[in-house]
Amino acid sequence: MIPNRPPVGGAYYPRDLLVHPPAYAPTYKTSILRSPQKARIGIDGSLSETTGPVFGHNILGELDNDMVLNYAAPGESAIGERTIVYGRVMDQDGRPVPNVLVEAWQANAGGRYRHKKDGYFAPLDPNFGGCGRTITREDGSYEFRTVRPGAYPWPNGVNDWRPAHIHFSVFGDGFAQRLITQMYFEGDPLIPLCPIAQTIPDKDALDRLIARYDPARTIPMDARAYHFDIVLRGRRATFFENRKEGL
Amino acid sequence: MPVTRLKETASQTAGPYVHIGCVPSFAGLKGMYGGQDLGAVMLTEATQGERIAIEGCVYDGIGVPLTDAMLEIWQADAQGLYNARNETRGTADPSFTGWGRQPTAADGGLFRFETIRPGRVPWPDGRLQAPHITVWVVARGINLGLATRIYFEDEAEANATDPVLSRIEHKARIPTLIAKRSGDTYRFDIHLQGPHETIFFDI
Ligand SMILES: [Fe+3]
Repeated sequence: MIPNRPPVGGAYYPRDLLVHPPAYAPTYKTSILRSPQKARIGIDGSLSETTGPVFGHNILGELDNDMVLNYAAPGESAIGERTIVYGRVMDQDGRPVPNVLVEAWQANAGGRYRHKKDGYFAPLDPNFGGCGRTITREDGSYEFRTVRPGAYPWPNGVNDWRPAHIHFSVFGDGFAQRLITQMYFEGDPLIPLCPIAQTIPDKDALDRLIARYDPARTIPMDARAYHFDIVLRGRRATFFENRKEGL
Repeated sequence: MPVTRLKETASQTAGPYVHIGCVPSFAGLKGMYGGQDLGAVMLTEATQGERIAIEGCVYDGIGVPLTDAMLEIWQADAQGLYNARNETRGTADPSFTGWGRQPTAADGGLFRFETIRPGRVPWPDGRLQAPHITVWVVARGINLGLATRIYFEDEAEANATDPVLSRIEHKARIPTLIAKRSGDTYRFDIHLQGPHETIFFDI
């Protein structure tokens, strides 16, 4: 069931590019040949950008947001530090963004991905797939259960390590809000050393990707908890139909 | 408008393993999410409109196709309506999602979407946009998802008055947005860099 919220308004606030990594970030070597060199051209919010796909709760299986169990054989569970990751998806005005799809993927507790391109010699866990998905509730909240991913080395500089992280893919109401990011864990000494984390020039913007340990949400004798909120672009309050905008 | 507007969450690259999270069956995770990747199929028999396919490659700065990218497309139905929560002009074709997601092939880098030709959608001032499809590309090495648009070469008349195409100053770059027809398949290559760099939009 998808509640039919009235549209909030018109075009999205212009993207603040200072919070995002630049396309060309030479310490992250793959970006060198994959970064456009010409300026982006603005499209200030036509229906093609302010609308976006809808995903109903009916697509979800019962264990989709539980990476501890969703790939495990019956009676088994993934190896690692049992961890709850939870938070809220909201817009820049602090309004909850309900009923949107959030997808997550990560390495296993040893730092190995279940992917044919990952040749790291940490072993695969037969009971861990490494992906989860959920749809935000009415208050914009979401939750995953997983195991804390391991750090892993990667070919970039001579000795680069990724901090423990979970990849997030988030939809909003409009395609212009589409976002992929990564969540890090509070206190990880690898964050300031990681060329990918450090593609973000704004220290505060990177800090907001670091999930906080939340003792209040731990499950005693079971799992620890980390809090990670996600902010999508907000939109101007004026109604689309009333906007008269030339070129 | 509150003074304390929050900052958008920073983007990070989708990395080389985006498939695990977004197209797990393609990544080899057998049976995950019922065994069908979201966005793999956009159509049913009942979908209205002209069947077309769109294929192409995403090339890096030295012309090598990316074999680890993922693309999403978003488009209107045959009547020009979006299957979206905030579509207020009418009800879109319920047999058409309007949203597709495909990886580039591990072997050769080709992507392919099977969809329909989109109808025309109005610009905020009421003029009609030419038929187009919004594209979003992520991959290892791409720090913030790249948005572009597919237009169709056999819609020359509509393209000539399209509000987005008209605002592009460097007319010589417009062909980077025009898909070339061959039968029912349109070819749309994306060049991340170089003399044919695709026009990317700040949407
Ligand atoms: Fe990763």
